[in-house]
Amino acid sequence: MEFGLSSEQTLLQDTVNRFLDEQAPLATVRQIAAAEIDDGAIWKGLVELGIPALLVPEHLGGVGLGSLDAAIVAESLGYHATPAPFLGTAVMAPLAFIQSGQQEALLGPMAQGDYRVGIAFGEAIGARNDAGTTVSSGKLTGKAIFALDAAADGYLVATREKHLYFVEATAKGFSRRLLTTVDKTRTTVELVFDGVVADLVSQDPGVFDRVLDAGRVMQAADTLGAAQYALDQAVDYAKQRKQFERVIGSFQAVKHMCAEMAASLEPCRSLVWYAGHALDHIPEESRVTACHAKAHLAEVGRFVAKTATEVHGGMGFTDLVGLHYWFKRIGANRQLLGSPELVREEAARLQGMVA
Amino acid sequence: MDLSYGSEYSDFREEVRGFIAAHQDKSPSQASMRGAEGLAWQKLLLDNGYHSRTVPKAYGGFGAEPDILKSRIISEEFSAAQLSTGLGGQGISMLTPVLLEMGTEAQKLQFIKPTIMGEMIWCQGYSEPGAGSDLASLTTKAELDGDDWVINGQKIWTSTAQLADWIFCLVRTEPDAPKHQGISFLLFSMDTPGIEIRPLVDMTGDANFNEVFFTDVRVPKDQIVGRRGQGWQVANAILGHERGSLAPPDAAENRLKGIIKLMETETIDGHRVMDSPVFRDRLMKLQGQVLAMRFNDMRLLSARINKGQDAQLAGMIVKLQGTELRHELEGFAIDVLGEIGLAYEDNPYLRGNGSWQYQYMYFLGLIIGGGTSQIQKNIIGERGLDLPREPKVAKA
Repeated sequence: MEFGLSSEQTLLQDTVNRFLDEQAPLATVRQIAAAEIDDGAIWKGLVELGIPALLVPEHLGGVGLGSLDAAIVAESLGYHATPAPFLGTAVMAPLAFIQSGQQEALLGPMAQGDYRVGIAFGEAIGARNDAGTTVSSGKLTGKAIFALDAAADGYLVATREKHLYFVEATAKGFSRRLLTTVDKTRTTVELVFDGVVADLVSQDPGVFDRVLDAGRVMQAADTLGAAQYALDQAVDYAKQRKQFERVIGSFQAVKHMCAEMAASLEPCRSLVWYAGHALDHIPEESRVTACHAKAHLAEVGRFVAKTATEVHGGMGFTDLVGLHYWFKRIGANRQLLGSPELVREEAARLQGMVA
Repeated sequence: MDLSYGSEYSDFREEVRGFIAAHQDKSPSQASMRGAEGLAWQKLLLDNGYHSRTVPKAYGGFGAEPDILKSRIISEEFSAAQLSTGLGGQGISMLTPVLLEMGTEAQKLQFIKPTIMGEMIWCQGYSEPGAGSDLASLTTKAELDGDDWVINGQKIWTSTAQLADWIFCLVRTEPDAPKHQGISFLLFSMDTPGIEIRPLVDMTGDANFNEVFFTDVRVPKDQIVGRRGQGWQVANAILGHERGSLAPPDAAENRLKGIIKLMETETIDGHRVMDSPVFRDRLMKLQGQVLAMRFNDMRLLSARINKGQDAQLAGMIVKLQGTELRHELEGFAIDVLGEIGLAYEDNPYLRGNGSWQYQYMYFLGLIIGGGTSQIQKNIIGERGLDLPREPKVAKA
């Protein structure tokens, strides 16, 4: 019995962390957030580490690792607030293509960093005003909002019936525009479809669910990493900053804020690990644990993001310290792929609690 | 990640299940644990290695090699069959491990067997009116007079003092030493002249605790565990045992299941409480927290088996998070019940035997007892996150 990461998984995480420490420091994140450069160089580095090939089976040319491996990579990306198309291109789209056996020809180019796939799942998770899509004779019409990745070469689009379609960004009748959000470390877009040729990927809601669950566990892991970073920064600051001739971390008011963050975040690590493991190995629990990982990390993440900022005092509020990138990233993870109330209601439905 | 216990443990699990199938009709109810039925069950468990499994045979145990997974399998199977796992209490869960580690051979032979058989009940004399969170400032003193310690002072929060045959007690024996080095750990009979017990009624309406007064209580000088002045280390070894066990995650899971059942049966205006999205969302929030604590516990179990795994912080947070979560669970059940949630004692509308209100209050007691939540946060901050201690106030 071993509940934890294997030595290979620790090595994988160390490798990703080392790369991000060196190649994606805060200065680089700032440049990308300000749109001075794009995330291409970081993504190229992650491609060289094999990240978008991680979940692709070996017989399709990939590395053939599992969801927990992907989750610990997501945690590292969250820890560094890394701008990268990981969620769509390395996790959700490959899973959809592998599960359905469709579009497998794209897996190679995706793994090599030559093709990016964005995700437009909003319709199937919780359709909002001003959006909506219809498909008729293989053509997609309508609008999807807050799709992930403005630089994608194609999009995986879910309809309200949980059917999955694939559209290319170069297709006739397709247009998109950037939607500015608080989180500048990743991009979201509005997609407008005017009779765009759409390839059916899957009509099986089970495929949609499997892909969505994986995406939610990755969001939870990203928040785990981002919140851990915020906590680490707060603790470091509390050890250095002096007021009333004492480091502020020696005041119980501040010390207890740090302890409360650690106490609520530490069990989240086990929740994320379990949810990641369950995706591949415990199908009877994996749907509920994915929902709980997503919703619980959203709540703890919000608490840690706020509290870590407060520990920094006025500096936490400034752009100078840069903690706000993590604050906003945690905020974005909370809303994307289902806000906590939606996801908890799904967890209840999955357990037969909703009449 | 490997959640299986391995095939070598399947046989053991079958063995436990076989025992349960053969004997489950003999399991006593909670109320009769200390009666003849309970003591017979206790003996059956001891003889078969399902209680005090690793205590050496010479001291009345089963003498098995420590095996964390076997112990876990026993508790899992007994819990699944809803059987009593035998006697608990401070003598068994706290004093016995300490005697095994630090007691003399004579003390082990004298005390362990009757303790685990349930024939010798213990209480713990630690806290004092003036020494709560700052336990090391305790002032109950013991002075050597000939071959006896003579004890004077007062203890408080002493649970089961009225039932106890013996007490393990922290007393100040070296008044001139620094406060942590002046304490000794004594054992003595509660029948000793000079001991007075006053029950302390708490907010539940029960007297879960007592005050214990000592006036010239004479105790033979060899009834000390460890050396003179070493009592603080002895006590800390046992506090470690106590903290994690105050809020086990499987108990929280069982309470959550109880709440789900409650929400499926209780109605408001003819609709099940479960059909209210507001209540359902609160339930799901709590379920997420319960799951996180369950997996945290699995990680802790794993770290005990796989020595290289670091789970120090994961262990430190259990008392704080576990007791706060239980209090919240019980409080939510009361909200599910609305005004019926107020029912207590002989109220005919009582649900769950009144346990929701009782546990709601009892767990507030556990948030405070065994190191308050605030003390836990100091520990997490200072030992877990390496934040500096509060500077000492200069003495005037």
